[in-house]
Amino acid sequence: MIPKQPRTHYLNISYGFKSWLFTTDHKRIGLLYLVSITLFFFVGGAFATIIRLELATPQGDLVQAETYNKLFTMHGVMMIFFFLIPAVPAVLGNFLIPLMIGAKDVAFPRLNLLSWYIFNLGALFTIYAVVSGGVDTGWTFYTPYSTTYSNTHVLATGVGIFITGFSSILTGLNFIVTIHMMRAPGMNWFRLPLFVWAHYATSLIQVLGTPVIAITVLLLAFERVVRIGIFDPALGGDPVLFQHLFWFYSHPAVYIMVLPAMGVVSELVAAFTRKSIFGYDLVAFASIAIAVFGFLVWGHHLFVSGQSVYAGMIFSFLSYAVAIPSAVKVFNWTATLYKGSVSYQTPMLYAFGFIGLFTIGGLTGLFLAAMGLDIHLTDTYFVVAHFHYIMVGGTIMAYLGGLHYWWPKISGRMYPEGWAKLGALIVFVGFNLTFFPQFLLGYMGMPRRYHAYPEEFQVLNVMSSAGASILAVGYILPMVYLIWSMRYGPIASSNPWPATGLEWQTSSPPPTENFEEIPVVTWEAYEFAGQEKEVSAAG
Amino acid sequence: MAENHAATPYGLAHHFDSLDQQREAGTLGMWVFLITEIMFFGGLFLTYILYRSKFPHEFVAGSHALDIRLGAFNTAVLIGSSLTMALAVYYSQVGSRRLLVTYLTLTMLLGLVFLGVKGIEYTEKFEHHHFPGADFQWEDPAQAPALEGNPGAGKVDGRHVEMFYWIYFAMTGLHALHMIIGAGLIAVLIVLAVRGRFTAEYHMPVEITGLYWHFVDIVWIFLFPLLYLIGRHE
Repeated sequence: MIPKQPRTHYLNISYGFKSWLFTTDHKRIGLLYLVSITLFFFVGGAFATIIRLELATPQGDLVQAETYNKLFTMHGVMMIFFFLIPAVPAVLGNFLIPLMIGAKDVAFPRLNLLSWYIFNLGALFTIYAVVSGGVDTGWTFYTPYSTTYSNTHVLATGVGIFITGFSSILTGLNFIVTIHMMRAPGMNWFRLPLFVWAHYATSLIQVLGTPVIAITVLLLAFERVVRIGIFDPALGGDPVLFQHLFWFYSHPAVYIMVLPAMGVVSELVAAFTRKSIFGYDLVAFASIAIAVFGFLVWGHHLFVSGQSVYAGMIFSFLSYAVAIPSAVKVFNWTATLYKGSVSYQTPMLYAFGFIGLFTIGGLTGLFLAAMGLDIHLTDTYFVVAHFHYIMVGGTIMAYLGGLHYWWPKISGRMYPEGWAKLGALIVFVGFNLTFFPQFLLGYMGMPRRYHAYPEEFQVLNVMSSAGASILAVGYILPMVYLIWSMRYGPIASSNPWPATGLEWQTSSPPPTENFEEIPVVTWEAYEFAGQEKEVSAAG
Repeated sequence: MAENHAATPYGLAHHFDSLDQQREAGTLGMWVFLITEIMFFGGLFLTYILYRSKFPHEFVAGSHALDIRLGAFNTAVLIGSSLTMALAVYYSQVGSRRLLVTYLTLTMLLGLVFLGVKGIEYTEKFEHHHFPGADFQWEDPAQAPALEGNPGAGKVDGRHVEMFYWIYFAMTGLHALHMIIGAGLIAVLIVLAVRGRFTAEYHMPVEITGLYWHFVDIVWIFLFPLLYLIGRHE
């Protein structure tokens, strides 16, 4: 069903900056986030570029040690707080959740717009810190260095992160209420797409975790200003308390990044195997289990900080426990492939990439959760490789896969399949070449956060830098052809894949209120059997 | 919903089906927000627990230097304001504009009384150099009478008392900030109520502001004993 005559939809209903900057349409807000986070992704990527250039040679010949400290700090801050955390929820989640549950909008549309403004306000503070000289504490802001000794812009960065946290909280709050209150008639909890379950779990973490980093950063900022505070050893304060509070949020924050990505992968695997996800209930509950367990493992970041050994043992055990729901998901996606009719289109290539890279990232996480081995690996490139496999190999793979999969719905146009497949391949190769050598470097003992290193590490570092250049091409390519396709791509039908899910039942792009008529759901999630008949009947 | 064709009910936003759905969404949203607030204050409560167990004598000494009468008075004021807020919500539900405005105004006034008393307490702390920072002073002997029956008297480290006061100001300051925001919200409600914007069917803003106000009160119900009453039984 390709509409031939111009049709009013959410993109062409109004034009001009005002119609975007004052919109309360969740779809437009999703796109506003898309623009913001793409910008911040390339800012963070620029820092990574200089880091990899510096590390191409063992000597510190491109930048000074102090500059290098600022580079990895700002790379981390930009990528984590301003790209990875909002990436899937704020762009794809915002765009899709109301569509998937059959609602006209999120529960609080104005709050949704406000959260975008808050996000950018926080980013402005951080960018101010970046351009006025940067910050060098590492994205972890450990005290007392951050409170007392660093001479860089810790305060502005901290304020930026504090402010941005509220946008994350408001997004989570909005999703929780939306999923509870706005579902279409018949759309009960176990008919929800797994994408929605994953976002529900993510929202729980955002709502429960983010306030803790907010108060922690606030206390840190205060302490920096008045030079006295709760982390100050002179008053009997404990700097390690900061690490506890910081990781109480920042470990679950990893699940804020990866849970929505898992939701995307569930959708992709179902759509491109044309099967219902194996063990739907288990995958849904695994999301919730990851959210719950994720709050109980922060101490594995403190194995070498003087934390009690008994606490360490419990944290180690619980960290292993998180592997169970994560593995449930991986096994269930794999089982879904079995006897599925798998098609290898671009989104599915990214889904395969996610499953492989997330598995490597997850299993190496178990190495680090083992207290004995962790002492050897702490603060080495092994850790760097591990979390990049989860955050970049996991989250960004799924984000790109999701962006391609829903691009016809977002833009009304198809992306060029050949270029996209090439892009997916480049990203996969570039990613592994960048980060796999870092596992070896870390295992051999190369510490992170140094701008120079012994000569015997050079070969692996050059491989890593070469991989990073390939990865950069892989990230720029989709940006080019996706923008191109907005004008020149083939017109997309309402359900090009064809897939299940309410978002595919409305036109592409959808009208402002999403559906001509609110659907009544009488079928289960991923019920392909009924749809096959419809499609074949339609021709 | 069928009524959509006839007339949209007053106060109903376009993306909701009914006022009931809208009210439930608003209330749930506020509850979720209050959970984030619990986690926000939670960081400070954790700090309090940690340092109180580390420096029990200093916390008792610092606590004894707080004015328990003003604290108790403020507790009564806040509990009273919760009552008037609950009555305001009730009268918004039955649609009585006059009583709604009356009780909202009373609630706001009680909130301002609380903030005024807090201001008096803060001023006194500044004058006694009990505000943490370069000016902080802790004269243990001078405070000795106030420490009567305190087993830690005489071996109190002033630096750790400063930590107590840092936590005192952080917790009560954050609470006072929430009170100021709450009073501002109620002021807006009063203006809207006077203009007749609320009806027996549409009064969700009053209800969710009420939830917020009660939450801020409850935080104080924890702060008062933790900060003012410790070691008093000895």
